[in-house]
Amino acid sequence: MKINDVILHAVTKIVVFIIFTMAVYLFLSGHHNPGGGFVGGLVLASAFVLLFLAFDMETVRHAIPFDFKYVAALGAFIAVASGVGSVFFDAPILSMTHGYFVLPIFGETELATVTLFELGVALAVVGVVVTIILSIGEDI
Amino acid sequence: MTVNFAILIPFLAAAIIPFLDKRLGRVHIGWFALLIPLGLFIYLASFIPNIAAGETIIHTLEWIPSYDIHFTAYVDGLSLILGLLITGVGALVSLYSIYYLSPEESLKHFYLYLLLFMGAMLGVVFSDNIMVLYVFWELTSISSFLLIAFWYHRKRSREGAQKSLLITISGGFAMLVGFIMLYAMTGSFSIREIISVISEHTDHPLFLPAMLLILLGAFTKSAQFPFHIWLPDAMEAPTPVSAYLHSATMVKAGIYLVARFTPVFGGEALWFWLVTGVGLFTLFWAAFHAVKQVDLKAMLAYSTVSQLGMIMAMFGIGSAALHFGYSTESVVYTQATFAALFHLVNHSTFKGALFMVIGIVDHEVGTRDVRRLGGLVSFMPITFTIAMIGSFSMAGLPPFNGFLSKEMFFTAALNISELSIYSLDTWGAVIPVVAWVASVFTFLYSMMIVFKTFFGPYQEEKLERPAHEPPKGMLIAPVMLGLTVVGLFFFPNLLGDNLLRPAMAGIFPSFPEAELGVEIYAWHGFNTELFMTFGIVVVGLLLYVTLKYWRGVYVLFPERWSFNALYSYALHQMEIRSRTATKSYMTGVLRDYLVYIYFFFILLIGGALVYTGAINFSITENAPITPYEWIIAGVMFIAAISILFAKSRLTAILLNGVLGYSIAVFFVLFRAPDLALTQVVIETVTTVLFLVSYHFLPEWEREHDRKRRKGLHLLISAAVGTIFATIALAVHNGKLFESISHFYENSYELAGGRNIVNSILGDFRALDTMLEVVVLLIAGVGVYTFIKLKLGKGDQRLEDQ
Repeated sequence: MKINDVILHAVTKIVVFIIFTMAVYLFLSGHHNPGGGFVGGLVLASAFVLLFLAFDMETVRHAIPFDFKYVAALGAFIAVASGVGSVFFDAPILSMTHGYFVLPIFGETELATVTLFELGVALAVVGVVVTIILSIGEDI
Repeated sequence: MTVNFAILIPFLAAAIIPFLDKRLGRVHIGWFALLIPLGLFIYLASFIPNIAAGETIIHTLEWIPSYDIHFTAYVDGLSLILGLLITGVGALVSLYSIYYLSPEESLKHFYLYLLLFMGAMLGVVFSDNIMVLYVFWELTSISSFLLIAFWYHRKRSREGAQKSLLITISGGFAMLVGFIMLYAMTGSFSIREIISVISEHTDHPLFLPAMLLILLGAFTKSAQFPFHIWLPDAMEAPTPVSAYLHSATMVKAGIYLVARFTPVFGGEALWFWLVTGVGLFTLFWAAFHAVKQVDLKAMLAYSTVSQLGMIMAMFGIGSAALHFGYSTESVVYTQATFAALFHLVNHSTFKGALFMVIGIVDHEVGTRDVRRLGGLVSFMPITFTIAMIGSFSMAGLPPFNGFLSKEMFFTAALNISELSIYSLDTWGAVIPVVAWVASVFTFLYSMMIVFKTFFGPYQEEKLERPAHEPPKGMLIAPVMLGLTVVGLFFFPNLLGDNLLRPAMAGIFPSFPEAELGVEIYAWHGFNTELFMTFGIVVVGLLLYVTLKYWRGVYVLFPERWSFNALYSYALHQMEIRSRTATKSYMTGVLRDYLVYIYFFFILLIGGALVYTGAINFSITENAPITPYEWIIAGVMFIAAISILFAKSRLTAILLNGVLGYSIAVFFVLFRAPDLALTQVVIETVTTVLFLVSYHFLPEWEREHDRKRRKGLHLLISAAVGTIFATIALAVHNGKLFESISHFYENSYELAGGRNIVNSILGDFRALDTMLEVVVLLIAGVGVYTFIKLKLGKGDQRLEDQ
């Protein structure tokens, strides 16, 4: 039985981008406002999950051709590496630092190394959540 | 560049190997792996002038400063000797393995594990902090496990790997406990600091247990009796691995540990007798059993165990010098330690060469069985020459380095037997006798390796391939080791003055360095030691000729009573027993598991509540409950009750979702947007997950349990609910300690972020978060492998080939 979900498809195509934007916003705002790597990653994952629900797996896999297992591994690697990296600057492990820079478009911006760490967290969350849902979903 | 980074370089290289393997195309990945030990060898060799001048080098990186754990690299004579062996033999083994392993093998795994081992081993010898040392120590066991199981499709490889892991890791764990005891006594994790203050703590009740536990770690790692059983089984690994890990380096880690801790525990009678006694017995027992082996590699494995015992015994004998403290008379006993260090180097050279030669024979003719080999001398003259050099050195014959260290061993054994401490006046005479008898057997199997393989009739029909010399590249590494064996005989003092003497200063810190160490001479005149060697040759040759008449001796030790049988029996029984125990409560019914969990919860938490009297609480000071909160609570209440009466699983899942989203609304009401956001997303993802696995869940049907069982379930759930509510109310009541929340209030100054929650996650408690990420990844990989790699219907287990 082939279901024709025109409305779901059409809505998903738009909503997914809103969720993506939301996820990026949440990820970046986490330093001072509600948000952060974990939530950002989860929202991102829910966007992917919505895609998988609305379209079938083959289509989505064709559109997003990367392997989420590697995303999870990359995330864990970034988190650990950004923690261990501080050793190379003669600081104890997991030391974080931040500074204020004047960037062309954004004006004065705060850049913090903790963002790297959070990026690792976010990627690990996305990767693991999607991997689990996909592997259970594909097993039918 | 500091030594710390020298330790980390092999790890970094190991991380690159899998990516490089695809890029290199037809070039053997071993050439890249070879560069690492070669470069490190040259780097470490550049320290020799400083070390020879009596300096030591320390580099510290702070790791966990709040627990006083630092990544401190400490270079002195002892660690430099081991460091040079690890990198030097490592380079030769890498070169040799390029020709030994065909490109069809999974080379990236091989070199990844090999480099992992190299880094871990360098970490063991250069670490001053015992906690860091322990981490590297276990890493060597793990990389050894991976390398033994390199041909994992063979059952024997897997069993050998398991055996070595079980034995060495248990020993390592005992060692960890010993280290913690040392810390409890001295308050320091640094070996140097422990050595300087240990004399005040020798009466501490933990002193002897710490010694015994650390020795257990050393004995298991260095395959001392009765833990030696893992080493012969480890020979299932590819021969380059056997040459590197299981003769030249890893098994020396236990010996290194004994040498390192001699200044801490040496001078005690128990240390002397344990190290000397276990070492001597291992020397004899393994040499005796090496003779009966028919597999050349098994013979070498037993001979390695035996030689390790000999080095161990020499360190034990040398420790007696610490009993007296420094005096001109006691210096003579330190010579045993000097001989031990010398033999440590010698053994690595000749045994490495022998393993490589056996590997060549195996590689070229396809068998290592002495009953099928013979007469190879005319086909493989170069291989034969190296085998002869290695074997004769092992047997203790001139002009090879093994002769020098064996003579020094006899000198030490004769000297110590005349001492009057440690009840040596009654038992001391045993030491030189056992040493001599064991050396006769050593001579015997050394001769068997050469003569049974290279002389006698050549039986081509019993070989898989006709014999011929291997490719030239394969001969480079063993030839260089063979040259070292001869070179060390003629110029032993080059090694002695530059490396062994500084190493002695580290082992005997209370002795002036100038008095330590001895000039090594090949010729001492006609003394007792030389006559002992003559005796060995004569008796050994007699035994060799009459071997077939007395071989029956070995039947006297039935296989049923060996430690191997004990190990297999214990492992087998453990499997059976734990399976019965597990099956008794693992019913496969989810409801039962929940009953266990909640029953335990009631017992523990409820019991604690009653026991500590924490139940009393007052709600007068709590904030008033607003109408919104009443409404949400009412919704949750209705949803929770309705789940019990739901007709279909879908309804239950949705009602469960109502509970979750309501909690999110509560978070909003209590002004916790972070938590609300997370809760909403988590609830969504969980619901999707439920729906995805809907297909696999069994039919939703009413339970037809007996009344009494249902009553029990009702009781448990009511109790759990009550306890939770009580805790939530009571937790406000007692302030047992001052709140730490003010610490996080100035998160902006401390961590540069105004969001306290994220500052805690990403900065204050970042270690937790980092490890949680790793745990999450492991969980994800676990789910994936469980689902993807499970056996389909009709699939077969492809384990054993």
